[in-house]
Amino acid sequence: MPYTPHTEQDVREMLRVVGVDSIDALFASLPAEVRVDALNMPPGLSEHDVLQVLGGLASLNTPQGDYASFLGGGVYDHLIPSAAEAITSRSEFLTAYTPYQPEVSQGTLQVIYEWQTFITRLTGLPVSNASMYDGATALVEGVLMALAKTRRSVAVVPETLNPRYRAVLDTHLAWNGMEVRTAGRAADGTTDPDALAAVLDDAVGCVVIQNPNYLGCLEKADALAAQAAASGALVVACVNPVSLSLLKTPGEYGAAVAVGEAQPFGVPPTWGGPLLGFLSCTDELKRQIPGRVVGRTQDARGREGYVLTLQTREQHIRREKATSNICSNQGLNMCRATVTMALLGAEGLREMGHANRVRCETLRGLLRELPGVELPFAAPVFNEFVVRLPGDAEDFCEYARERGLLPGIVLDGAAGCDERDLLVAVTEKRSTVDIQAYAEILHDYLEEVEA
Amino acid sequence: MSRDIEPIRWGASLQPSLFELGRPGRRAVDMPRWDDDEPDTALPAEYLRAAPADLPSLSEPQVLRHYTRLSNLNHHIERGMYPLGSCTMKYNPRLNEKVAALPGFADLHPDQHVDDIQGLLCALKILEDSLCRITGFAACSLVPSAGAQGELMGMACIRAFHVANGQPERVEVLIPDSAHGTNPASVVLAGMTPRTIASRADGRLDVDAVRAAVGPATAGIMITNPNTLGLFETEIREVAAVVHAAGGRLYMDGANMNAILGRAQPALMGFDVVHLNLHKTFSTPHGGGGPGAGPICVTAELEPFLPGARIVEEDEVYDLVHRDGAPAIHTHLGNVGVQLRALAYILRLGEEGLRRVSDLAVLNANYLLKRLTSEGVLQVDHAQGCLHEFIASGRDWKKEFGVRTLDVAKRLLDYGVHAPTIYFPLIVEEAMMIEPTETESKETLDHFVEILKAIRAEAAADPDVLHNAPENTPIGRLDEARAARQPDLSWMGPCNC
Repeated sequence: MPYTPHTEQDVREMLRVVGVDSIDALFASLPAEVRVDALNMPPGLSEHDVLQVLGGLASLNTPQGDYASFLGGGVYDHLIPSAAEAITSRSEFLTAYTPYQPEVSQGTLQVIYEWQTFITRLTGLPVSNASMYDGATALVEGVLMALAKTRRSVAVVPETLNPRYRAVLDTHLAWNGMEVRTAGRAADGTTDPDALAAVLDDAVGCVVIQNPNYLGCLEKADALAAQAAASGALVVACVNPVSLSLLKTPGEYGAAVAVGEAQPFGVPPTWGGPLLGFLSCTDELKRQIPGRVVGRTQDARGREGYVLTLQTREQHIRREKATSNICSNQGLNMCRATVTMALLGAEGLREMGHANRVRCETLRGLLRELPGVELPFAAPVFNEFVVRLPGDAEDFCEYARERGLLPGIVLDGAAGCDERDLLVAVTEKRSTVDIQAYAEILHDYLEEVEA
Repeated sequence: MSRDIEPIRWGASLQPSLFELGRPGRRAVDMPRWDDDEPDTALPAEYLRAAPADLPSLSEPQVLRHYTRLSNLNHHIERGMYPLGSCTMKYNPRLNEKVAALPGFADLHPDQHVDDIQGLLCALKILEDSLCRITGFAACSLVPSAGAQGELMGMACIRAFHVANGQPERVEVLIPDSAHGTNPASVVLAGMTPRTIASRADGRLDVDAVRAAVGPATAGIMITNPNTLGLFETEIREVAAVVHAAGGRLYMDGANMNAILGRAQPALMGFDVVHLNLHKTFSTPHGGGGPGAGPICVTAELEPFLPGARIVEEDEVYDLVHRDGAPAIHTHLGNVGVQLRALAYILRLGEEGLRRVSDLAVLNANYLLKRLTSEGVLQVDHAQGCLHEFIASGRDWKKEFGVRTLDVAKRLLDYGVHAPTIYFPLIVEEAMMIEPTETESKETLDHFVEILKAIRAEAAADPDVLHNAPENTPIGRLDEARAARQPDLSWMGPCNC
C-alpha cells in the first residue's frame, strides 16, 4: 500500500497495545446505518500507471505553449523563472503548514514579510496581508473592508470592471444584503465621470477603480478618486501589479485599499487556479485587514524574527462577529511570486513593464493599419487592448486557432462591447514573429471573408 | 544589519532581509529577445508613478541562496513528524506535484476553447465522480478554494434552497460549541445567524439541545463529524431527523473525513452537504498556508444551487454549462492545480487504499492515545478510544509542575518534532490536539512517546527548562505583544545600498 509504513506485524502489535483484536473494532462507534460496504471505485494504480492515465488526459489538451497566446483578461502568459520553480518545489516551503510555531517557521514567515514589502512598494500603500485566494475574492474583501469602515452599504463599480470580478462581488454582497451600482463608461473606454457622479450619494461607501480596466484602458484615476472622496466614499483600486512598474500607484491617487491578481509573477495559469490575490491598505485600515499578516519582532535575547500578528489565530476567528472567514492564504503561490519579484528586482521589473509596452504598441500599430479593423477606444493602454473586427470575432478565433494563434477573448456583452470586439493581451513572451503572425493571419482572414 | 564574523554552528541560522542584499547593476532576469524597432511607448505623465518602486537588484545565485537558507529555517513534512490536530499533516506524494506541473494542465488559460481542454474536463469529472462516491452524494462542485470557502458556499446553497422554497425567514444556523471558528463566520457571511449549542459532557452533540433549538427560523445545522474531539457523532441520524422534521438542512464540515473513508458516508448520516479539504484528506501540500481546496458535495435537491459553470459530458465530449444566476466565488473555477493533485492521490490509492488510509490513521491515533494515557504521560478525557485524533489536556502538568501546554509545545520543538495544535477546541482546558496521520510509522510514534516522557521528567525536575524552551531552534519565543502593539509589517529601509 503506497505512502503508509505499517507492516502486518506493526499492525498486530499496535492492536495488542490498544487492546482490540481488529481494526474494525476501532470503528465500533459508527452506527450500522451510516456504514458503507463499498464505494464502487477502481483499485489503486502504480505511480507509472497513474502517470499514464493523467499524462494521457493532459496530452488531450492543447496548452497555450502550443500556440502564440494573446489571451489575458486577468490571467496572463508571462515568463516563469526556473529559479522560482526550483525554490517552490523545495519541501521546506511545499510541505510546511501555516507558521503557527514561529520558532520553526521563520522561513515561511520571512518570505511573507518580503511579499508584504514588495506589495506595499508596488501599490504605494503601507500595509499588506499575506495574500488572498485570487483577484476577485481580494476585491470582495477590499470592498467589505471599505463598507465596514464607512458604515455604508453601497459599492460603486465601473462598467469596465472585469465581469468575472463583478460576478463574484455581486454574489458576496447580495449574501450580505449590500448593493452594487454601476458607473457607465465613456466612448474612450474609461469610466465616465458624469456617470460616476450620477450614482454617488451618501449611501455609497466604496468606489472601485480598475486600472488598467478590463478593456485594457488606463483610467484617469486621480479624478475618479477625487469624486469618490468628495462624497465620503473610500477608493478600492483593482490593479495589475506588473503595470505598477510604470503606472501611478493606488497610494498616489488616494486609494484606501489596493487589490489585484499577482498570477503574472511566476504562477502558471492552470486553467485559472490556483491564482494569487493581493490586498494592501492604508495605515488607518490595518486592523480591519482580512487574512494573515506577518510582523517583525524580537525574542528574549533581542534577536529579530517574524510572527503572525494583528489578529487572533484562526481557531479563534471572530466567530459570530466575523467580517471575514478567511484563514488561509495562497502560501506557495505567494512564495513563487516573491521569488520572482526578487529575481526581477528593480531593473527587471521596469524592463518587464517596458517590454510589455513595446510589444503591445507594436501589435496595435500593425492592427491599426488593417482595413476594416478598428481600435475603438482612444484611451492609452498598458499591455492589453480591444480590437474591433468587421464581423463576428468568434469566427476569427476559430480561424486563428487552426493556424496556431490564440488571438484574444471575445467581449460579447462585457463592458458595453459586442461580438465584434476582441480583448488582446501582449506580454514580454510574444516575439516579433508572433506579433507579425497575428497581423498576417488577421489580414488573410479578412481577405478570405471578403472573398 | 551588519553581519557578525564568527565561526558558525552547522545548521539553520537567521538570514538578513532580502532588501539589504541588493546592489545597483545586479540582475537575474533578462527579457525575451526583441528583433524589431521599438515604437513610441511613452505615456502621459498623469498616468505614471512619480518614482520607480525601490526594490533590490540581485543576482540569481544570491536569490537562490537567500531562499534556500530561509527554507532551512522551516519545519516541514519531509523533515519530521507534524502531529497538528485537525490539520492532517500527512505525507504529500511527489507524484501529485508531477501531475499538476504537466504543461497539458499547468499551461491552460481559462479562456481557451473547450476543444483544447477535453482532457482536463474529463479529469475533473472523474474527480467530481470520485468525491460523490466517497461521500454518497449526487453532485459535486470543485470550485471552493479552501475549507472556509467550502463552508461559505455550502451554507449559501442551503440559504438559496430555503429562499427558492419561499422560506426566506429561515436564517438561523445551529453550531455546536466545539466547532472551528470559521463555521460561525461562514454562516454570517452567507447572510445567516449562527446560534451556539452546548455539547454534552462526553463531548458529543446533544440531541435534546438540538430538538429544543429548532423551529420555523431554522435554516440548518453545521456539524463536524467526526467532531473536533476525534469522536464520531453516534446520534447523528437522530439529529438529522430532528432538523429535517423542522424544515432545516444539515451541513457537514468534512475536515475530518480522513477518519472514515470507505467506512461511512455523510449522505447516509443524513447530511445534505459536505465540504472536503483536499489539502488534508487527499494529501495535497499545505504550502505554508495554501493554496488548498474545499470542494462541496450535495444532495440532488441542492444541486441547482451550486456555483459557477458545471462540467457536463455527452458521448465522451465535455462541455461547460453556465446557469443563469449561479453564484460566483472565484475568478474562474477554483484551484484546479490542487484538484489535479487530489485526483492523482485517489487514482494511486483506489478504493482499498482509501479505506486503508482511514484504518491506519485511526490505528495510529488510538495507539498513541493508549500509550500516552496508560503510561501516565498525558491526560485524555475521552480515553476510551478515538478516531483519527484525540485531545489531551495539559491541566495536570499545569497543576503538578506549573507548566502550561504552550511550554510543552515549545519544548517539543527542541526535540525536532512539531507541536500539536494547542488551545483548541476551546471546550478543553489546556488542550493539545494530536493527529499523527497514517503516514507515520510505529517507530516514529514510539519515539514521540519517549520524547514526551522525557519532557515530563524535565518538567518535574526543572520546569524552567520548559518555560525557557525552545532553545535549540534558530530563534527563541518571540514577543507577540510587541509585534501587535508596534506593528512592523514591511521593510522600511532603502534597497541597494
